Amino acid sequence: MQTRRIRWHIAVFLAPAVLVYTAVMIFPLFNTLRLALFTEVDQTRVYVGLQNFRTLFFDPIWSEQFWNALGNNFWFFLIHMLVQNPIGVALAAILSHPRLRFAALYRSAIFIPTILSFVIVGFTWKLILSPLWGIAPSMLDAVGLKSLFAPWLGKEEYALTTLALVSVWQFVGIPMMLIYAALLSIPEEILEAGEIDGITGASAFWKIKLPLILPSIGIISILTFVGNFNAFDLIYVSQGALAGPDFSTDILGTFMYRTFFGFQLQLGDPRMGSAIAGAMFAIILVGVCIYLFGIQTRIRRYQL
Amino acid sequence: MNKARTNPLNTTAMHGALILYTLIALFPVFVIIINSFKTRRAIFREPLALPDADSFSLIGYQTVMKQGDFFLYFQNSMIVTVVSLTFILLFGAMAAFALSEYRFKGNLIMGLYLALGIMIPIRIGTVAILEMMVATGLVNTLWALILVYTAQGLPLAVFILSEFMRQVSDDLKDAGRVDGLSEYTIFFRLVLPLVRPAMATVAVFNMIPIWNDLWFPLILAPAEETKTLTLGSQVFIGQFVTDWNAVLSALSMAILPVLVLYVIFSRQLIRGLTSGAVK
Repeated sequence: MQTRRIRWHIAVFLAPAVLVYTAVMIFPLFNTLRLALFTEVDQTRVYVGLQNFRTLFFDPIWSEQFWNALGNNFWFFLIHMLVQNPIGVALAAILSHPRLRFAALYRSAIFIPTILSFVIVGFTWKLILSPLWGIAPSMLDAVGLKSLFAPWLGKEEYALTTLALVSVWQFVGIPMMLIYAALLSIPEEILEAGEIDGITGASAFWKIKLPLILPSIGIISILTFVGNFNAFDLIYVSQGALAGPDFSTDILGTFMYRTFFGFQLQLGDPRMGSAIAGAMFAIILVGVCIYLFGIQTRIRRYQL
Repeated sequence: MNKARTNPLNTTAMHGALILYTLIALFPVFVIIINSFKTRRAIFREPLALPDADSFSLIGYQTVMKQGDFFLYFQNSMIVTVVSLTFILLFGAMAAFALSEYRFKGNLIMGLYLALGIMIPIRIGTVAILEMMVATGLVNTLWALILVYTAQGLPLAVFILSEFMRQVSDDLKDAGRVDGLSEYTIFFRLVLPLVRPAMATVAVFNMIPIWNDLWFPLILAPAEETKTLTLGSQVFIGQFVTDWNAVLSALSMAILPVLVLYVIFSRQLIRGLTSGAVK
């Protein structure tokens, strides 16, 4: 019989993944959190405990920017939840309709923006919304709404919402696909049983399908949350590191980049950058925990 | 099927809604591409018209070819994406095999440890990653990007692949063992070919974010010779803001490779997304 010898092959199978993952992901993550506890005085590292976080939250110079970025980030997330996910669910509901023709074609076409990079998406929309080129105003003119046009990306009060909607345009394909998959997995017998009881069309969606896809909606919400609180690229591409006009589109990702690398005359500050990363980590962790313990365990799941 | 479900009015409304949204999704891309083939004057005078004999021009593409080193950027993106995907698939499959095949002390903990990275974005550790890359001299090399993307892709890869490997029949593996195959041969010869569809799903999921990433190329490898296509086009467009022909052509050239990849892999991608691999 096999005696208790060390099974080396297990270690060999695990080693590459665990090593790369630990060295390039987990270790830097903790190292970043540790760096946030230090400051630099005369080119030597000094341990200052939570001082950097105190500066970030309460020192007027930093805190104003931090709370602004955090608030903007929540607004960014809210727009995704209120616009992207409902549109995604609606598209999926239509697409999953049995015997709908060209469903695969629509599905592939609507998913195209999702595969484009932020650079393409950011510049494309910047050009289209540009008052110089005039595509957006002339299209609004065609439907008689020209008076509504404004250089949205240049106005403090609209810029963030506009960018959030551009991001919604880009990512609507993801909730659409995941919900579509969930809807397809609902067995036909359940829907037929509903039909016999006279539940068809829209009421079948609200009363039968929606409760069954709630777990998928939960997953989409947490994916959106993590993605939004870690966003950077779209804002950087279209508004630059300063997230203008007047920081009105600044979110945590751009704030961290600016702090960490510096911009124009301000020098980069890795310790404060780490402190912001620490705050982002905490926010994402809280969000994931709320999802895992507060939402996921309470959503009623139906055995299909 | 029931009559209520195939009402012609409903069908029209559904097609109407889908066509409307498809137009919204494709219109911006379409506008960029048609205008990249026009003269500057035509771009401004009739932005929505297709290029005709009068307005056709390739001047933008000529500027891009002359000024930007797009071929090098493309090559860098290709190397980074392909090598990272290879590592993610190979290392991920090996770890997934260890976790799903063997019972050993710490199996569950190791699984949870590797799963941590699914929800926590690697960007949070950027400050320390840059420090480490500077210390090891990897900054401004493609290796820095490859390592980061490999680490980023592994958690989900291990998770998805181990789900699939649990479904591979034990009889097959045991038959291999009876025949005296080593554990390595069992993995590479028997198990890997069977989970190929799952590997393709993982590859397609990782391909797009790696190809499109801007953050890490910007921070870890901004040097001219290591720029990826995404960073390269961002910098190029930033410099040529007022040259509309060049900007539109550069955007179209950046769209093209992704669209080609999408056409090749869209079946795989959609099958992966809808097969519940990420549930």
